[in-house]
Amino acid sequence: MNIPQDLKYTKTHEWVKIDGSNAKVGITDFAQHEITDIVHVELPEIGRQIKKEQPAAVIESVKSAFDIYTPLSGKIVEINNAVLESPEIVNQSPYENGYLFSIEFADIKELNDLLDADNYKKLI
Amino acid sequence: MEKLLNELSSSGVPSYNVKSDVEIDVQIPRNLKRNSALGLPVAAENDLLRHFTNLSRKNYALSTVFYPLGSCTMKYNPLINERIAKNEAFNFIHPYQPPESIQGILEIMYGLERDLCELSGMDCFSLQQAAGAQGEFAGLLIIAKYFKSIRQTRTKIIVPDSAHGTNPASAAFAGFEIVPLKSESNGSISPEKLKRILTPGVAAIMLTIPNTLGTFEKNIPEISKLAHENGSLLYYDGANLNAVMGIVRPGDMGFDVMHINLHKTFSTPHGGGGPGSGPIGVKAFLEPFLPVPRIEKKKSKFVLNYKKSESIGKLKAFFGNFPVILKAYIYIKALGAKGLKNVSEHAVLNANYMLARFKDKINVPAGGRCMHEFVLSPKSLFKNDVRTLDVAKRLLDYGYYAPTVYFPLIVEEAVMIEPTETESKETLDAFVDILTKIILEETGLEPQKLKEAPVNTSVRRLNEVEAARKPILRWK
Repeated sequence: MNIPQDLKYTKTHEWVKIDGSNAKVGITDFAQHEITDIVHVELPEIGRQIKKEQPAAVIESVKSAFDIYTPLSGKIVEINNAVLESPEIVNQSPYENGYLFSIEFADIKELNDLLDADNYKKLI
Repeated sequence: MEKLLNELSSSGVPSYNVKSDVEIDVQIPRNLKRNSALGLPVAAENDLLRHFTNLSRKNYALSTVFYPLGSCTMKYNPLINERIAKNEAFNFIHPYQPPESIQGILEIMYGLERDLCELSGMDCFSLQQAAGAQGEFAGLLIIAKYFKSIRQTRTKIIVPDSAHGTNPASAAFAGFEIVPLKSESNGSISPEKLKRILTPGVAAIMLTIPNTLGTFEKNIPEISKLAHENGSLLYYDGANLNAVMGIVRPGDMGFDVMHINLHKTFSTPHGGGGPGSGPIGVKAFLEPFLPVPRIEKKKSKFVLNYKKSESIGKLKAFFGNFPVILKAYIYIKALGAKGLKNVSEHAVLNANYMLARFKDKINVPAGGRCMHEFVLSPKSLFKNDVRTLDVAKRLLDYGYYAPTVYFPLIVEEAVMIEPTETESKETLDAFVDILTKIILEETGLEPQKLKEAPVNTSVRRLNEVEAARKPILRWK
């Protein structure tokens, strides 16, 4: 199972990549494997204000539909349109091309609640 | 695979001969007239007959196989009910007939409302909703309207993750914000956790009882007390009512609003997308908000009352799916109070019998006792990258309809089994033997067979991913 060291993680299997005041969010390799083949992705509207742990996106596979929660509060500043067209990218490249959205986070203290790679590994 | 009629079609084989003695003289403007042939497939009558007979033989149905589809209650439907429902007296009525001319129909509907009140402990019922989810939606609109009428702003609905998936969807559709509540390992609710999220803005708590793990919620009195002290209402998802008929009543347990899926509990056939019927029941203080028209009895006459100023309005054209209502009414009258209680007792007994046979071999996350259905989690037994989906496909090779899989979501690699009360011990035993063999033996010895399954069906494993991503929706 691929768990990059430079990312932060949540118990609900999202990953976070900090880039200045923005954070990129996606689902982990473990999550995409459990969800199985993804057939549809819904992403939040750009500009939407969202609170930590609220549902931000929906991922649907042949198995079921899953809410994806935002790990951080803030404003959605960018979404990955490529996965709307080709949802299989999330399966193929969960940490790179298959990210879901970027959020301009509101509270830097929330970063402390995220797991590092080693702790996330213990969780799964 | 059976060919489509269009593929069978060969030009030049005359198959039909439509001659009308009646000359139809309709003035259709020339520019609107069709110039080309109709484009209907052409096949010999015998080929046509074989086509449909062959298709019917490929049916996977309750009349051909055991159908242990968890959460769906695929029980035997007495054929006599179908026969009665086909009676001309019911089939040739028209929705726009004046109520005076359909007194018998209204009497049946009124009678069913009263029977459902008796069974559920609620005060009033409306039969209008087309199915369970529309029932939920109606119930939530009523809750919204009730709080509006007493000038309270409540925007939140608490839904545990062991409830039916339609609950949060219906609440969102009715304009509420969903507050999810994580259930305990057996699907029950911790009153302590509930207290923490039970804020003044909570309009209602929605409970599915028995829940999706097939267990009965132990803390209902406490949950009911907490909800009502907070001024919130309590909603009962009655899709699983077939487990508790004649044993316990939602109305007595403190629920204010509920829905019942007639097409599950009361044996009217279901599956394949309908028809359904989702009556809602409410306590008396919510009656003014029920959908119109209301069926009322004025002296010895039944009338349709549209004049309810606080009603949430109409939810469906005309008045629900009447044949489903009729079949449920016949079922209730045929079985009586004692018979209905028997149905629930046997549904629970059958499920517990199967669970008892599984529980020492396969992980059962909710424990060794259940109501009318139960969930297995065979994940720890899987070898060679076999998954629940493969097990389900393999069951088809043995001539079974596969149980519900990957639901509820709170159980990993879930297999959800509901035998219903209408299956024999022999059928249950045979199914337990096969499923155990697949999970315990075949996953280790013959994983390839599971990955390739099904092989004995008319089509092999379908490409579900491509079908969802790039569906081909028409024949060309």
